[in-house]
Amino acid sequence: MLRVDVSKRLGDFSIEASFTSEGRVTGLFGASGAGKSSLINMIAGLLQPDRGIIAIDGSTLDDTIRQMHVPVHRRRIGYVFQDARLFPHLDVRQNLDYGRRMNRLAGDAAQHRRVTDLLDIGNLLDRRPGRLSGGERQRVALGRALLSQPRLLLLDEPLGSLDEERKEEILPYLVRLRDEAGIPMVYVSHDAAEMRQLATHIVMLQRGRVTAFGGAEVLPAALARA
Amino acid sequence: MFELSPTEWTAILLSLRVATVATLVATPLGIAAAWLLARREFWGKSATDAVIHLPLVLPPVVTGYLLLLTFGRRGPVGAWLADHLGIVFAFRWTGAALASGIMSFPLLVRPIRLSIEAVDRRLEQAAGTLGAAPWQVFLTVTLPLALPGVLAGMVLGFAKAIGEFGATITFVSNIPGETQTISSAIYSLIQTPDGDTAALRLVVVSTLIAMAALVASEWFARRALQRLHGN
Repeated sequence: MLRVDVSKRLGDFSIEASFTSEGRVTGLFGASGAGKSSLINMIAGLLQPDRGIIAIDGSTLDDTIRQMHVPVHRRRIGYVFQDARLFPHLDVRQNLDYGRRMNRLAGDAAQHRRVTDLLDIGNLLDRRPGRLSGGERQRVALGRALLSQPRLLLLDEPLGSLDEERKEEILPYLVRLRDEAGIPMVYVSHDAAEMRQLATHIVMLQRGRVTAFGGAEVLPAALARA
Repeated sequence: MFELSPTEWTAILLSLRVATVATLVATPLGIAAAWLLARREFWGKSATDAVIHLPLVLPPVVTGYLLLLTFGRRGPVGAWLADHLGIVFAFRWTGAALASGIMSFPLLVRPIRLSIEAVDRRLEQAAGTLGAAPWQVFLTVTLPLALPGVLAGMVLGFAKAIGEFGATITFVSNIPGETQTISSAIYSLIQTPDGDTAALRLVVVSTLIAMAALVASEWFARRALQRLHGN
């Protein structure tokens, strides 16, 4: 369960958002500038709310009243960025292994195998990120986040920097991930079609406020307004 | 004509030792200073930056004299170090290393700072989300990506240290076998009636070392670009 109830002022833009989601995939949906990225960055711990609470499964990550702020590296929240952000000086294998090394987790060959199979990246292990296509990079970034054994996975427009064809290439992997990985996800996008395919619960954002919350049925109305 | 005399060899080896020690001791400090200047905002940042660059713009003789006042036998720091730790800088090769280390420090820090600034902070954030504590982020992402800059800085610093003259001769004088580096040996030879050929030999040696340093530094800079682009 993900509970978010925060406010944050950023220049002359402000976010006031409150929702609780039990869904396997919570979609944050809204136009660009609606505050989706700021909200997801607060969940990740990269941005600190001015006021409010963020909690996963009863464990509190931010609570401004109790002056609590768990730093990014102790949150165990995986983050797949729009621009992949693979480490350029490490090959794919080392990128995938990074989270395990930093958290001093024991190697789990079976898990490694499952993830590389799920994402079809087994044949890329010895390559450097500079020699990967955009879609391959995004799949490796997914694998890297999964292998750090997060309790929640954040995906910030992971298809945003890809063309239509590449999107079609990645989407099935995301569906598989939702159905097989067993990690709750927060999926950020401004694309209603992506949302319909992936999200089980949708949080609609407009100018920093939650305007609707529910299943896929909230989407079309939102499109008309947007 | 290209036979080097024992005195010349002594000066060359001493220069190499002084510059190596100066560079090795200055590098960790240089990385720390570069990181602070590149990544942190703190009170007195501009002043720190200015102090680091001061040896570049002060007359070397002034830096040398200030070193003598501070680290000399009767200087506040020098006396304390001699009494408590048995470390003496005045008129020793260690003093030459200190002087050349300080003189080369700005040249060492600059490429390191630039290469740390060039490291994409979004990569550091990504490392954080994967569970890396800030010191782990520095050791596994920032430093490896900045490494070519660190090496370029070390090469430049080394080249500057090996040629340092003004501050060194002011601080530790020009004692053959103890503080007479290539530069101060050339200076002595020029003032000796028959020293011209010997001086010329040392000039050739020091030119070769400087050229090698520039080529190496250029090579490291190219490596840095490749590394950042992940090929």
